[in-house]
Amino acid sequence: MSLTRRIFLSTAGAALGGALALGAPAAFAADDTIKIGILHSLSGTMAISETTLKDVMLMLIDEQNKKGGVLGKKLEAVVVDPASNWPLFAEKARELIEKDKVSVVFGCWTSVSRKSVLPVFKELDSILFYPVQYEGEESERNVFYTGAAPNQQAIPAVDYLMSEDGGSVKRWVLEGTDYVYPRTTNKILAAYLKLKGVPDEDVMINYTPFGFSDWQTEVSKIKAFGSAGKKTAVVSTINGDANVPFYKELGNQGIKATDIPVVAFSVGEEELAGLDTKPLVGHLAAWNYFESIDTPANKAFIAKWHEFTKKPNRTTNDPMEAHYIGFNMWVKAVEKAQSFEPDKVIAAMIGVSVPNLTGGTATMMPNHHITKPVYIGEIQADGQFNVVWQTPGTIVAQEWSPYLQGSRDLIADWRKPMSCGNFNVTTGKCGG
Amino acid sequence: MEGEDRRSRALAAVRALAAIALVAFSGAARADALDDTLTRFLADKFSQSEKAVGELAAEAPANAAAILEALGDNRLMIDPADHLVAVKTAAGAILNARTGTPLQGVDSAAFKKVRVNNAVRSAIEGAMGALTLANPDPERRLAAAEDIFKSRDAKAAPALKAQLAKESDPRVAAALRLAQASIVAVSGAAPAEDCLAAIATLKDRGDQDAQSLIDQIAQKATDPAVKSAAASALTTIHGRLALWGVTQNLWYGLSAASVLLLAAIGLAITFGVMGVINMAHGEMVMLGAYATYLVQILLPPSLEEWSLAFAIPAAFVVSGAVGVAIERLVIRFLYTRPLETLLATWGVSLILQQGVRSLFGASNRQVMNPRFMSGAFELGGLSITTNRLWIIVISALVFIGLQVVLRLTPFGLQMRAVTQNRRMAAAMGVSTTRVDMLAFALGSGVAGIAGVALSQIDNVSPNLGQGYIIDSFMVVVFGGVGNLWGTAFGALMIGLANKLLEPMIGAVQGQIVLLIVIILFIQRRPRGLFALRGRAVEA
Repeated sequence: MSLTRRIFLSTAGAALGGALALGAPAAFAADDTIKIGILHSLSGTMAISETTLKDVMLMLIDEQNKKGGVLGKKLEAVVVDPASNWPLFAEKARELIEKDKVSVVFGCWTSVSRKSVLPVFKELDSILFYPVQYEGEESERNVFYTGAAPNQQAIPAVDYLMSEDGGSVKRWVLEGTDYVYPRTTNKILAAYLKLKGVPDEDVMINYTPFGFSDWQTEVSKIKAFGSAGKKTAVVSTINGDANVPFYKELGNQGIKATDIPVVAFSVGEEELAGLDTKPLVGHLAAWNYFESIDTPANKAFIAKWHEFTKKPNRTTNDPMEAHYIGFNMWVKAVEKAQSFEPDKVIAAMIGVSVPNLTGGTATMMPNHHITKPVYIGEIQADGQFNVVWQTPGTIVAQEWSPYLQGSRDLIADWRKPMSCGNFNVTTGKCGG
Repeated sequence: MEGEDRRSRALAAVRALAAIALVAFSGAARADALDDTLTRFLADKFSQSEKAVGELAAEAPANAAAILEALGDNRLMIDPADHLVAVKTAAGAILNARTGTPLQGVDSAAFKKVRVNNAVRSAIEGAMGALTLANPDPERRLAAAEDIFKSRDAKAAPALKAQLAKESDPRVAAALRLAQASIVAVSGAAPAEDCLAAIATLKDRGDQDAQSLIDQIAQKATDPAVKSAAASALTTIHGRLALWGVTQNLWYGLSAASVLLLAAIGLAITFGVMGVINMAHGEMVMLGAYATYLVQILLPPSLEEWSLAFAIPAAFVVSGAVGVAIERLVIRFLYTRPLETLLATWGVSLILQQGVRSLFGASNRQVMNPRFMSGAFELGGLSITTNRLWIIVISALVFIGLQVVLRLTPFGLQMRAVTQNRRMAAAMGVSTTRVDMLAFALGSGVAGIAGVALSQIDNVSPNLGQGYIIDSFMVVVFGGVGNLWGTAFGALMIGLANKLLEPMIGAVQGQIVLLIVIILFIQRRPRGLFALRGRAVEA
């Protein structure tokens, strides 16, 4: 009896040891891929804008793997769908960091989605690359903002419209979707317009919910406001697929760009892809990149994109360029730090410079924002943009707006010893 | 004598030569001016292009209109290396911009388009207005006069006066007088009688543009007669605009109500007949919209304008079939359990959404508006968008159709009987299970038709239904389920209230206020506006 038990135990022990020995290399092999989280809505009202960002990340990761990966390790994409549901963004972010053990996350579009995931990234100490233009008033240690701050998009657009080239606009309609980004941007713009001497009765501010489709009343309000005899323009912070019925209604009510131009901050080539753009010719958008910009880097990127998606008419847009810049910056920072650990990568990121797609360079500044050029483009009949104005070089982001009371004394500098996202220069204290 | 003759003949010859030379030189000078203007385009700078447009309008050479039209259409091409400015015709031929003759032996790839921005486009509109005032086609003269009315270009005043003197078409004459009035309004230095004439013309037009123009006259005028005429005109227009403003809001309310009615009426039927809370109702609407999309893809291009005529029966059948499937497979087993039905139909709605997402993708699908449903027209002071008008027509037809079915068909009779008293109807020999199934099919089919209409005004995406399910329930609960008139009335009230509140307090606050009002109303009348009465119902 005891003999059989001993024999049984020893053979079992040997088998177990053998299995462990065989299994161990497999475990080590699993550690050799670095996981990259992609947190973009693939369904819901924001899918129209965010789906293409997931695809460009897959392309960038694929390209990098072809070059041998990063620090000898292959990259693996982990894609989740937070479905335009803001609390779900936080859940999915937690899942990516805790369960899938990603080293970095590229994601979010709406500011409300970003605000929802911030506590998760702070708590679990991971990295988020946020590629979309936003309202500023934020600088977090765990976030790198590769999209435009208001002084890299909204303020130059208003300056252009006020200038003679832009039509010497005197009356303003600020039309936005009802959430934090349009509300804060409009606060900044209203303060800026007041500073420029625009009287209060020449500014009208309207908000509509996400997915709003019955634009008759709003557009007729815009038409009425624009018939007071002064040149009027609409500054649109409408997000998601509500833009489609908005532009359709503008066309239906006969509002041409030569009468009341609309400059949009969240409408790019991707959002125009589903629209008949002939009635929209002349309406404007302000971005830091347009697909129509003719540089060798951009042409190569577009060619690679068409090859990857196997669709020769897939458009490229500004947030895609932001992910291109952000991804390359992350790779460079990892190589600089010789590690994938978030703390080391964050420390190595400041000062990293990579080329952008419009012939210049993007540099990560101590405020965790990058330098970007500004372009104003007019919609053409084929859904592309024609650049009508641009900055001569790149602009540094002012994430804390100098036009708002609560933020004009704040700066962000994540280098030691300050290491603060909201340092008040008058009191000398970090807001935390 | 002979010497004098010879001298006078020589003098005449010299004069003739001088005249010819003058004409030739001035022709050359004009041609040179045109050359200088065209050279501005070679720089491809917006400011230069704008100046060139102004010069073309002032000089008005014979081919100015053709050049400006090409510029506006992105068909004006330049080859800076060879110093060439060309016009590309619609057929693709490249013509010399100055002479209009085809350019020989040039590589079309060497040309690039002259860029335009809004400022250049405005300048082109103003210039085209002045140039096409004498066009033989009255429609083009009308368009030109309206362009000048908008651009208020004072340089066009003499051309306007000349054209008005010989204008035969009364519509064009009226437009010319309006254009003159707008120029007088912005000039500020016009004599009093011109101002008074302008005020009279603008008062007739009576819209917001007229109001702002008369306002400008009133501010710049010094003559008391002019000031008082302007003031009285402004009061009249103000009153008219206020009236039309209210009518416009009522129109918007009516169109919003028609959308609500279409979405909710199917729900009223299924809720009324069976007491079933169908949370998948929004997905029936969504399936109808996708059916429209499929019909548009499958139809040959020649039938594109008729796509909706095919889409409506297709959507009815598709949604109706899915409705029958839901009823037979899920709801039939849960009749006496309303909470379970709610949950089960909610699950079905999620399955349907994900199914469509997997089949068609999560991104929006583009459904084309047929030409007869695009654009808008003016009716008095109202601006009516054509697709909204058609949706009102469709919802009215659906409503009438359903009333016909309910009142005039035996099936309708059975449906009404089952709604009022299920047990008694069964005792009378009505197959209640069959009526339930067909009622569900009818309600879902009508939701499909709503989807066809909504595909014209909203995005076609898997979440289309989510935007309308809450509104549909609001209408049904508010209007009561006894009667289709209740649904219609409820939809009308909610649509009008929504659109009347929106200009005052904004879209978001308007919806909040409306929801609060409905909740308070339900406290007083839980069965809604048009409630069924009778012992069986109230039991």
